[in-house]
Amino acid sequence: MDYFYLTTSLVKIVALLAVVLGIMNYTVYAERRISALIQDRLGPNRVGPFGLFQPIADAAKFLLKEDFTPGHVNKFYYWLAPCLAMIPAITTLAVVPFGSSLFGVPMVIADINVGVLFVFAIASLGVYGIVIAGWSSNSKYPFLGGVRSSSQMISYELSLGLAVIPVFLLIGQLRLTEVVSYQIEHGWMIAPFVGDWTNLRKWLLAIPMLISFVVFTIAIFAETNRLPFDLPEAETELVGGYHTEYGSMKFGLFFLGEYVAMITGSAIIVTLFLGGWHFPGIPDGSQGWSWGLVNIFVFFSKVAVLLFVFIWVRWTLPRFRYDQLMRLGWVFFFEIALVNIFIAAIILAYFPA
Amino acid sequence: MAITVSRPKLNWRERAYLPAILSGMAITIKHFRNMLFGRTKVTMQYPEEKWDNQMPEHYRGAPALVRDDTGRVRCVACQLCEFICPPRAIKIIPGEFAAGDRFAKVEKFPQEFDIDMIRCIYCGLCEEVCPEQAIYLRKDYAITGFTRADMVHNKEKLLEIGGVMHGVVLKWNEKK
Amino acid sequence: MSPVLFWFFAFVMLVFGAAVIINRNPIASALSLVVCFMGLSALFMSLDAFFIGIIQVLVYAGAVMVLFLFIIMLLDLRMEERRKINLVAVVGGAGVALAFFIQICFVVGQLSAAQKTFPPLVSPKTDDVHSVGLLLFTNYNLPFQIIGVLVLVATIGVIVLSKRELR
Repeated sequence: MDYFYLTTSLVKIVALLAVVLGIMNYTVYAERRISALIQDRLGPNRVGPFGLFQPIADAAKFLLKEDFTPGHVNKFYYWLAPCLAMIPAITTLAVVPFGSSLFGVPMVIADINVGVLFVFAIASLGVYGIVIAGWSSNSKYPFLGGVRSSSQMISYELSLGLAVIPVFLLIGQLRLTEVVSYQIEHGWMIAPFVGDWTNLRKWLLAIPMLISFVVFTIAIFAETNRLPFDLPEAETELVGGYHTEYGSMKFGLFFLGEYVAMITGSAIIVTLFLGGWHFPGIPDGSQGWSWGLVNIFVFFSKVAVLLFVFIWVRWTLPRFRYDQLMRLGWVFFFEIALVNIFIAAIILAYFPA
Repeated sequence: MAITVSRPKLNWRERAYLPAILSGMAITIKHFRNMLFGRTKVTMQYPEEKWDNQMPEHYRGAPALVRDDTGRVRCVACQLCEFICPPRAIKIIPGEFAAGDRFAKVEKFPQEFDIDMIRCIYCGLCEEVCPEQAIYLRKDYAITGFTRADMVHNKEKLLEIGGVMHGVVLKWNEKK
Repeated sequence: MSPVLFWFFAFVMLVFGAAVIINRNPIASALSLVVCFMGLSALFMSLDAFFIGIIQVLVYAGAVMVLFLFIIMLLDLRMEERRKINLVAVVGGAGVALAFFIQICFVVGQLSAAQKTFPPLVSPKTDDVHSVGLLLFTNYNLPFQIIGVLVLVATIGVIVLSKRELR
C-alpha cells in the first residue's frame, strides 16, 4: 500500500468530515434564522453575535440531556437505529468530488468507477435507520412513521435512479469526476449558455437535463424527508414520527442525520447538474494551491445555495397527503423520468457529437 | 347528514401546481428580504426594548397595596380580597389598633399581607371587591425570583410597588 | 487488496450467514442477512468487480431486504420466538450439512486445479460497468430482453391482482 495515498486519504476524510459537520450545525442555525425571517420573526440571535454560537448551545443541550431509554423498547435495535440513520448520510460523501486538486492530490476521497451507483446504494441503506427506529420503539406512531418512510423512500429511489440516466447516457461513465470534467469542457448540464453557446445540440440536451434536474431535486427532497414530503415525521399526525420515543443525543443523531442527508443530497445535485467545483473563469488546482482552495470554496458555496433552496421550500409549501405523495412518485415522476430517458436518447442518436 | 364539498375544476395550468408553488415561493422570499433588510419591524427585542410607555391605562399587572395622601395604609384587613381571590393567592393576618390610636375606629389593620405571585392570576377581582380602594393592580409585570419564597410579596413589597394613591375617598380621616 | 480484508469480510459473511439461521427473531435474521450482503459486496469489490458489488448492496440490501423487513415488522414476532426447537430436525439438518461439507472437502482434495495457486487476475482495460453493459446488449441481448418481458408480465400481473375488486 502506498503510504502517501493512505495519509492523504485520511487527511481528506477527516477534513471533509469536519467541514460537513460544521456546515451541518450551521444549516440548523440557518434553518432557524431563515424560517424566522420568512415568518417575520427574528430567530435565535442571543448566543454570540447574531446568534452565531447557537449551534454550540444546541449541541451542549443535546449532549447534556438525560439519555433516557424507555422500558418498552427493543434495546439493541433502539440503540442501533440512530447510528444507522447517521452513517449512510455521511458515507455518501466519499465519492463526491468536492474540489479540483490541492498540491496535486485530487479532492475526492474515493474515485470509484460506479460513483453514482455507490451514492444510491448507500442512500438506500439510510432507510434502515428509520425503519428500525420505528419498529424497535414498540409504539404506534413511530411504527407508522417507519412504515411510511420505508415505502416513501423505496418509491422515490426509483425516480431518483431514472432521473440521472440521461446524464450518464450523455457522458457514458458513472464516475463522478468524469461528470465534472465533462461539464468543465461542455458547460454545466442545465446551463447551455455557459461556454460554447451557439451549439444547437447543447440547447436541445438542456431540455432533458432540466427535467432530470427537477425530478432529481424533488426526489432528493423525498429521500431526505424534507418538508413537502416529511410524512415519516409529520408532527401533526404522528407526534414525532419514527423518533417519537427518542431523546437527547439519540434524537440529535436523527435530527442532524436529516441535515447531513440534505448536504450530501445537495452535493450530489451540484456534482451532477451544476458543474461541481467548476465556475467559469476560475482555473483548477493545477494552477496553484490557492486556486484549489477557491475551487473547494466554490463547491461548498453552490451546496450552500441549494441548502437555502431546501429551507426556503420547506417554509413555503404545506405537507402532501400520503396518497398524493405516492401518486406523485409512481404516476407522475416515474413516467416523466422514463419519457425523459427516451428524449435524451433520441437527441443523442440524431445529434451525435 | 353528510355534506359533499364540491371540488373546483382545475385547468391544466392549475393542475401542474408549479405556478402556484413558484408564486408561493415568491411571497416567502419577499417576506425574507423585507425582514433581512429591516423593512418589516414586528419583533420587540424584549429586555432591551420595552413596552412600558405604551402600556394601556387598564393594564392589569401585579396587585399592590396603596397609601393615601397622609401616608396611611388604606387596607383595613376586612379580608374580602382574601375570600374573593380565585386562586387563593392572598393571605392576611389582621391586627387591632391600640385604644388611643387616631384610627382606632377603623379597628383593624393588616399585620401581614402576603400575595403569592406564583398563584396570582392577575384577574383584578381583589381590586374590584375592595371597599376601601386599598388594593390596585399596577403595571408591574416582570415578577421574578429564584425561590418560591422570593415570589411571595409581603406587605412591605406590596406597599413599595403600590406607592401613594392620590384622589381617593378619605372617609376615615374626618373628625371623630 | 490485502488478504487481511479478505479474511475479515469472509469471516463477517460466515458469522452473519449463520446468524440468519440461528436467530429466533426474524428482524434480527433479516438484518444479519443485510450485513452478510455487505460482506459479499466487499468481497466482490476486492476482486475489482465494483459494479456487481454495488448492485449487491443497491438491490439486495437496499431494496429487497427493506421490503422483507417491511413485511416482517407486520408479523407477530412473539409466536416465532416462543416456538420450540425440534431437536430431531436440528440434528438431521446438521448431519446433512456435515455430510455435504465432507463431500466437498473430498472432491476439492481430489481436484488437480485445487492444488495450484490461482493465477492473478488480469486488470481490465475498460470499466466493469462498461463491460457488463456491452455483454448484456451484444452477446446476451435476447435473454436480457426476455427477462425484461418476464418482469413486465409479473408487474402487470401484480397490478391486476391488487386492483381486482373484492366481492
